[in-house]
Amino acid sequence: MSAGERRASAEPRAAAGAGATDAPASSVAAPAVRAVSLARAYPMGGEQVRAVRGVTFDVADGEYVAVVGPSGCGKSTLLNLLGVIDRPTAGSVAVRGRDVSAMNDREATRFRLHNVGFVFQRFYLMPTLSARENVELPMAEAGVSRADRQARARELLRYVGLEARERHRPSQLSGGEQQRVAIARALANRPTLLLADEPTGELDARTGAEIIALFERLNADGTTIVVVTHDEELARAARRVIHMKDGEIVRDETC
Amino acid sequence: MRAALASAALQRHGTRTLLAVLGVAVSAALLLDMVMLASGMRESFRQFLLIQGFQLRVSPKGTLPFDSEATIEHAGAALATLRAHPDVVTVSPILGAQTHTLRGDTARTAFAVGVDPGVQGDYELLRGANASAPDRVVANEAYLTLTGRRIGDTLDVAVGFDPQFRSYTGRRALLLVGVGRFYYTASNQAVLAIPLETLQAMSGAARTDRVSLFMAKVRDGASVEAVRAWIEATIPKVTAISTETAVAQVEERLGYFRQLAFILGAISLLVGFLLVTTLVTVSVNERVGEIAVMRALGVSRAHVVQQIVLEGFAISLAGAALGLALGLGTARYLNAILSDFPGLPATFDFFLFQPAAAWRSLGLLVLSGILAGIYPSWRASSLPIATTLRGEAVA
Repeated sequence: MSAGERRASAEPRAAAGAGATDAPASSVAAPAVRAVSLARAYPMGGEQVRAVRGVTFDVADGEYVAVVGPSGCGKSTLLNLLGVIDRPTAGSVAVRGRDVSAMNDREATRFRLHNVGFVFQRFYLMPTLSARENVELPMAEAGVSRADRQARARELLRYVGLEARERHRPSQLSGGEQQRVAIARALANRPTLLLADEPTGELDARTGAEIIALFERLNADGTTIVVVTHDEELARAARRVIHMKDGEIVRDETC
Repeated sequence: MRAALASAALQRHGTRTLLAVLGVAVSAALLLDMVMLASGMRESFRQFLLIQGFQLRVSPKGTLPFDSEATIEHAGAALATLRAHPDVVTVSPILGAQTHTLRGDTARTAFAVGVDPGVQGDYELLRGANASAPDRVVANEAYLTLTGRRIGDTLDVAVGFDPQFRSYTGRRALLLVGVGRFYYTASNQAVLAIPLETLQAMSGAARTDRVSLFMAKVRDGASVEAVRAWIEATIPKVTAISTETAVAQVEERLGYFRQLAFILGAISLLVGFLLVTTLVTVSVNERVGEIAVMRALGVSRAHVVQQIVLEGFAISLAGAALGLALGLGTARYLNAILSDFPGLPATFDFFLFQPAAAWRSLGLLVLSGILAGIYPSWRASSLPIATTLRGEAVA
C-alpha cells in the first residue's frame, strides 16, 4: 500500500501507533531499535571529540526509554544516530531489523519520513503555517491526499487536545500547545519510533507535566519512545532509563 | 504544500519581499526598454517607410529623398516608364518646396509637397476634403496653428522670394479644403499638400516636369530588388533605394547604439539575478533551523530545492509582470520625449513593443530568477541536519 493510499484512522491509538510503509520483512522478531558498538566522533577545535563511544543496547517494540546524563555526555548525538539524521563513525543501528547506518541520504530521508517521528526542545514548527498545516507537512511529503491528511491532522490534533486550535499559527499558541502540535506532527506518518530531544526543556513545570502525560498516553497506545532529557519527572515516567556519561552507557535500569 | 511553504516564506518578510519584487521590476523594466529600444528603432524605421506600402524610393542620382534641392527631370516620362513595369502597382510622384503663406505684412513659412492626391502616400486625411482639384490644399494641424487659418479659408501662398525686389514669386490663391496628418514630417512642422501640377506651375519653368521623388509599390511576390535594379538601369540620373536597403543602412549606423542597449540590458538582467540570489540566500540563512527540521522530518533534498527555487521563481515572475507594466509606461513616456526632438517625424517610434522580443527578454529574467535560487537551495539542501540543529540549539 502506498503512502498516498493510506487512510486516516478514526482511532487515536491507530493514529499514534506504529504502521510504517517501509517496514522490512524481518521486522516481526526484531527489536524496535538495536544499536551495536555505536560510536560517533567529530572534529572540534582541531581535536576529535568522541561524543558516543561504542554503545550497545536494544529498545523493544512499545518500550518507553529515557536517556539521561550530564550536558555533553552524548545523549543528543545518540538520539540523532537513532533517528538517522547523523551517521556513526563506527558500529551500527538497526530499526526493526533494518540497518539504517549504511543508508545513503535518499534512503535515510525516506526512512525518517515513514519510520521516525522527531520532537525537539524548541518545537520548530513552521511559523507561517497553521497548526493543522504543520501536522500535514510530513504527510504531504509522503504523498497523502489532501483530504486524507486534513482528516488525519484533525484527528491527531484532537488526540493531543488541540482540535479547537487547528487554524492557529504557532505564534498564537503557548509553548505547551506548540509542543503538542509538534508531537502530532511527529506522529503524522505513523512512525515506528518517536524520538524526543528535551521535549520539556522550554516549558514550565505545569506545561511540562502535560507533555509527560501525553507521552505516557502515547506509549500506552503502543508508540515506542526514546526521549533524551534532563527532566527528572519525564525520566521517571519512562519504563526504562539509560544513564550516559562521557559518551558511554554507565547504567541501564528498568523501572 | 511546497507552493504554500514558498509563499509563506515570502510573506513572512512581506516588506522585504515587496522591495525585492520592486527591484526586479525596475530591472525588468530596464531590460524591456533596452530590448524595445534596440530592436524597436530598426523595426519602427521599417514600419515608418512602409507606412503606406511603398517599398521603393526613387530620388535624383546620388541623393536620398529630400536631402537636397535636386529634382528628377522629365518626370512625366519617368512616371509613365515606371507605371509601365508589370511588377509596379502604384507610383506616387512628389515635389517638395518651401512656401510662404502671406497675410497682411506677415509671411509664414511651411513645407509643401506636390502630390497626386489619387495615389499619394504622404498623409492621411483627418477631416475635410482631399486636394483633388487644382488650387486646393490640405494642411496639417501645425500649419493651422502657425497661420490661424481654418478649412474654407483662401490662402495666399508663394513659393519663392526675390530679395532684389523684396517680393514673393509664384503666388497663388489656394483654397484650404482639408486637414491631414503627414507621415514623414516632424509633428511640429507646418506642411501643405498641393496638387502636383499646381505646385509645379507655381514653381515656374525651373520645376516644370520635375519631381523630387517617386515612391513605388511593387506587386506582392515580385522581387523589389529586381525592380530597383531595373529602375536604375532604365531611368537616367536616378537612385532607387528599397526599404530593406534603407533599413540595413540605418541598422549599420545604429550598431553602436544597439550594442549599448544590449550591454545595459545584460546589466539589468545581472542586477535582477543578484537581487533574487541575495534575497533568497538571506531568507535561507534565516531559516536553516526550519530547513534542518524539515529534512529531519523526512522532506527530501529535491523538495527543499524545489521550494527555494520556487521562491526565486515567484519573486522574478512577480517582478517581471510588474516590470512589463513599468517598462511599457516608461517607454511610452521616453518615446514622447524623444519624439519631440526637432525634425523627427511624428510617426517614428524609438520604443516599439514587439511581443516575441518582450516575452523572450522577460522569460530570460524569470529564468535568471530560477537560476538565482539554485545556489541557496543547494546550500539549504546540503545542510548537515544534526550539526545545524545543534548550532541552532546553542544559538
